[in-house]
Amino acid sequence: MSGLGAGAVIVFVEHATGEPAPASLAALAVARGLADALGAPLEAVALGEGAVAAASALGAHGLGVVHVAHDDKGDAGRPFDTPALPGRLLAHLLVTNAPRALIAAATARGTETLAYAAALTNLPLAAACTQVSAADGEDPARALSVTRLRWGGSVLEEARLDGATVLLTVADGAGADGAVPAPPAGAPRIITLADEGGQPDTRVRLVERVASAAGGVSLAEARVVVGGGRGVGGPDAFGLLEELAALLGGTVGVSRVVTGAGWRPHSEQVGQTGTRISPDLYIACGISGAIQHIVGCRGARAILAINTDRDAPIMARATYAVVGDLHAVVPAIIAELRRRGATPGA
Amino acid sequence: MNILVCVKRVPATGGRVTLTGDGLAIDARFLSFTISPHEECAVEEAVRLVEASGGGTTTVLTLGAEAAADQLRDALAVGMTRAIHLVTDGEDWDPMATAAAIVGVVRADAAEGFDHDLVLFGNEAADSGDYQVPIRVAAALDRPWLTGVKGLDVEGTSVRARRDGTRGQEVYHVPLPAVLAVREGLNRPRYPSIPGRLRAKKVAIMATRPERQVGGPTMIRLRVPDEEDAQVHVLGTGAEAAPAVVDLLESLGLVNP
Repeated sequence: MSGLGAGAVIVFVEHATGEPAPASLAALAVARGLADALGAPLEAVALGEGAVAAASALGAHGLGVVHVAHDDKGDAGRPFDTPALPGRLLAHLLVTNAPRALIAAATARGTETLAYAAALTNLPLAAACTQVSAADGEDPARALSVTRLRWGGSVLEEARLDGATVLLTVADGAGADGAVPAPPAGAPRIITLADEGGQPDTRVRLVERVASAAGGVSLAEARVVVGGGRGVGGPDAFGLLEELAALLGGTVGVSRVVTGAGWRPHSEQVGQTGTRISPDLYIACGISGAIQHIVGCRGARAILAINTDRDAPIMARATYAVVGDLHAVVPAIIAELRRRGATPGA
Repeated sequence: MNILVCVKRVPATGGRVTLTGDGLAIDARFLSFTISPHEECAVEEAVRLVEASGGGTTTVLTLGAEAAADQLRDALAVGMTRAIHLVTDGEDWDPMATAAAIVGVVRADAAEGFDHDLVLFGNEAADSGDYQVPIRVAAALDRPWLTGVKGLDVEGTSVRARRDGTRGQEVYHVPLPAVLAVREGLNRPRYPSIPGRLRAKKVAIMATRPERQVGGPTMIRLRVPDEEDAQVHVLGTGAEAAPAVVDLLESLGLVNP
């Protein structure tokens, strides 16, 4: 065991060739809160091409120690081209440094990497946490309290995480407020993380990247999403929703009922097992508002529900509503937009 | 080819979630039960792959209360051929304990000649959302793994697996035997047929009570987040509401007047 980093809170920082990802900085804010509460040092780890640049950038976020590996492409290839490698590197860090906690953003990559590191070291992992603190009345070196998301965030779980070293992923949106940027600590000390030796596990490898089709507005990033559910009644009426979406510079999203019936492709599904959206306005047409769907659209700034049922669950989530049949309301909105010569806002 | 699919019985939540009085579970008295959409796709994929490979077994496995046998029957009804039930008293098992029990099944099956070329999971359970059981199982068995899979083709002794990456789709080479966590969108699951239901009734479910390992995290209680019920502003009724809607779009800056 190297004494360095013992008891530390270490954050796995994802980065786009040197630029720390916003989700990782949000996880860093939660990690800092825990480190402060425990009186533990805060460190980071960055992997892959640009890791050293990311480490330097983290100095401005108050990091004094950053572990890095595979900054150059080198012979080992890019670590994320073999999904097992990042987890192996972090497992090695866990074994050699015995930190108090290893924390990452609950992104697909952050989750997968921490899950594999936890699996290799047989340590506990709490996924999608919104809060973490020392457990009341317990030895903070042995037990932490966490609040985490269940049912995609429809239910919160308060849990106890026992162990001298534990892993956590931080849910999107957690720690976004109240995160005070720490003063710059100068250039952080960069420690090259050694491979654990032996043959790297390259059994699974990336063989091809297929770029997304160009053109169109991405559902996850659209400023306006026009959603259709069971109330649309069949595949044909989606032309109306597409027309409205086009007038607003947005795109169409659908509920699980719609993809299950084969009316629209799964790539358009908004929900717990589809895409999470965060538009300025979500226009939910003929959607009842099942939990599975609400989980996907709760990031919307405002929801306009168009529904014949004034008591549908979506009405309790909506900011605005029109009570009526979408087959009459949507054409009327389209006509009114055309009459006024409206163009999509900047 | 032999495929094992792991599923979890969860309540089919509708528009609202209500907790039991002790705050330890969802009040499911008025709910039906199901499995995650991701897991429905895993079941469908297993049935298709074994049909296409010209032979083999498809085994569905669950860990849960006695009643979880319903979910095994549902999977048998759409074409799975074997069912294994790790029976619990209904309490929530943490992901480490769950993975250990599943590893035990894979090893026991291998000892009886059912070597599973693929172990399929849903990407995450609908309820607990732990995102780690598949990877823990793969690590314990020292098998290659991939998560987030939305497309797969078997090519001899390996699979080509596709998943969404940060910049488009990523395609991976995964040698068999492997563990894959799949996402909804992989396929469109079929509905059970009446003959399928009848056939499912005749399959003997292999039930055992596994020993529970201690892992973590430990659930203390659940709560429903306090979300202020939005004060909905009703803009109007029917087509006559259109001018008010367009006024709103203008005021939000979504269209230029």
